[in-house]
Amino acid sequence: MAETLTLGKALNHGLRRSLEENEKVVIMGEDVGKLGGVFRITDGLQKDFGEDRVIDTPLAEAGIVGTAVGLAIRGYRPVCEIQFDGFVFPAYNQIVAQVAKMFYRSKGKVRLPIVIRIPFGGGIGAVEHHSESPEAYFSHTPGLKVVTCSNPSDAYTMIQQAITSDDPVVFFEPKRRYWEKGEVELGADLSGAFPLHAARVAREGSDATLIAYGPMVRTALDAATAAAEDGRNLEVIDLRSLSPVDYETVYASVRKTGRAIVVHEAPGNIGLGAEVAARVTEHCFYSLEAPVLRVTGYDIPYPAARVEEDYLPDLDRVLDAVDRSFGW
Amino acid sequence: MANGVSDVGADAPAGGFVQLLTPDGERIDSVTTADGTTYSVDFTDEEYRGLYHDLVTVRRLDAEATALQRQGELGIWASLLGQEAAQVGSGRALRPQDMAFPTYREHGVLYTRGIDPIMPFGLFRGVDQGGWDANEHRFNGYTIVIGSQTLHATGYAMGVTMDGKTGTPDGEAVIAYFGDGATSQGEVNEAFVWAGVFNAPMVFFCQNNQYAISEPLERQTRIPLYRRAAGFGFPGVRIDGNDVLASFAVTRAALDNARNGQGPTLIEAYTYRMGAHTSSDDPTRYRIASEVESWKAKDPISRLRAFLTKQQLAGDDFFAAVDESAKDLALNLRERVLEMPDPQPVSMFDHAYPNGSPEVDAQRARFADYHASFEGSDH
Repeated sequence: MAETLTLGKALNHGLRRSLEENEKVVIMGEDVGKLGGVFRITDGLQKDFGEDRVIDTPLAEAGIVGTAVGLAIRGYRPVCEIQFDGFVFPAYNQIVAQVAKMFYRSKGKVRLPIVIRIPFGGGIGAVEHHSESPEAYFSHTPGLKVVTCSNPSDAYTMIQQAITSDDPVVFFEPKRRYWEKGEVELGADLSGAFPLHAARVAREGSDATLIAYGPMVRTALDAATAAAEDGRNLEVIDLRSLSPVDYETVYASVRKTGRAIVVHEAPGNIGLGAEVAARVTEHCFYSLEAPVLRVTGYDIPYPAARVEEDYLPDLDRVLDAVDRSFGW
Repeated sequence: MANGVSDVGADAPAGGFVQLLTPDGERIDSVTTADGTTYSVDFTDEEYRGLYHDLVTVRRLDAEATALQRQGELGIWASLLGQEAAQVGSGRALRPQDMAFPTYREHGVLYTRGIDPIMPFGLFRGVDQGGWDANEHRFNGYTIVIGSQTLHATGYAMGVTMDGKTGTPDGEAVIAYFGDGATSQGEVNEAFVWAGVFNAPMVFFCQNNQYAISEPLERQTRIPLYRRAAGFGFPGVRIDGNDVLASFAVTRAALDNARNGQGPTLIEAYTYRMGAHTSSDDPTRYRIASEVESWKAKDPISRLRAFLTKQQLAGDDFFAAVDESAKDLALNLRERVLEMPDPQPVSMFDHAYPNGSPEVDAQRARFADYHASFEGSDH
């Protein structure tokens, strides 16, 4: 049955279904129980599944992820909520040194099917540490898979796929898109679903390729709509998976359009866009009509809320990059 | 909630500790701590001799490993010399269903779990990163980042509770090993918080060997470590870490409390790292010889030997036979370490992800092609 849901509610439904289908799935984090999370993503789950399945933890992120490791060794499938992007760093040691490496260290004998959910990105007028985009740190770490959703349908499916996966998955949620609505096919069979680590062509086009993920997919789609009025037909790729990246989908698009522009909120320096640009240059060199361009956050700490709209890539900055690509 | 204080133990640090076997080999029947808990052991003669066999064996294996490192056959070795009693006593206190989370120095605990002592040598020789199954051996992988495993142990123990495996004498319990340096880590303190809040069925076993590489205990704490437990709301007990009987008695009681649903305990095993931190360390730079000498007089093995001799539980034939058996095991270990094959380089791409990764697969293929391109050449 298709229902119109917000992205946040779609995640809630996906988590609910995961809890229903596998009794080893547990949710843990700060305020995820009675409160339902500060964004209400786990709303009502503790009431229905109990305090052992939806665990309000002490306020310590390393503890959340570190105890999740132990639960996973015990056979559980923990889904950790990190309340905000900027709060993940106390857990960074556990994620990078333990979660990412346990399978390798044990020669494949110990699996840690842990999902670490992190609301990320800016645009909500928040104070410091509540608007960051730390995805490159985790994408750089072998042993982790990193994904992000951009719409309610993907949110519902991808969170379930991440929980079902035996790989450790860092799951970034575009917090400023939590309230965006879309059609969600509740109860759809996961086995036929679009693969978790595949990129999706979010909009077909022929003149240039916009490569985006998470909150910037909406921005890229809006830019494509605006560009169409100028007679430019832009293709939009939603990467969805940041580690690994589904490069074949990217290459196929760039070989068709000859132009690529990567868009993300995170600072550009050593970001996902740099890697995508390098790969596209290597694999699509003779197809390119212009260098791969990037539209990203600036290489500064995330600024105060009153100026964040100037920091974040928006429709105009994306179109400006499109102009620069065509002007090459 | 009172902490373990013993009137006995002339060699005890201020505040005392639980000691059931003095450095001279005198048995103390039982010790009652300030909270009213009485600790004692009830071993048969054979069991006393078995503990001696364990202690001598793990020391001999450790010496062999140190020699292997000096001969270039191991990249590094973390010696347990001096800590045999803490490890053997607590290890033997574990029941088969219990789960242990070691650091990288718990070779003695590993041995008492009935695990082939060769198991961690791949790590120290550099042919793998450990590579064993935590659940199969009821013994987690060696954890090198200081203190991280205490959180893993706590989470595992929460899972034990969630599985309904506590609250009976047959329940499961978990033990986390760590050192005095680790008590300064935030993660260890988080583990204390978690274990307390969730009443996790576990024992925090701190081997206070007085040094975190070069830094003395005074750089980690201004109160005795066992007293930290009070602030987290569970009992803390200090034991003579060189007394295998105290280590067994207190750990067994704490584990049984945990499996019965009474929550965590912190045990501080007051001991001394007789050797270097690892084979890469030079302890003469930070501690004086007389200190080491004073701890030699508290040796865990010689006190048990003295006890066995005085009680006429064992004689020279027994001691010689134990030495011989330990030597045989050590030489067998040496042979097998030397036979460990280096891994095929391409195998480094194995086990990055349970579900694999197209990126890693592509890099593995390129690596194989690159190497194949040299076949037949002198490269």
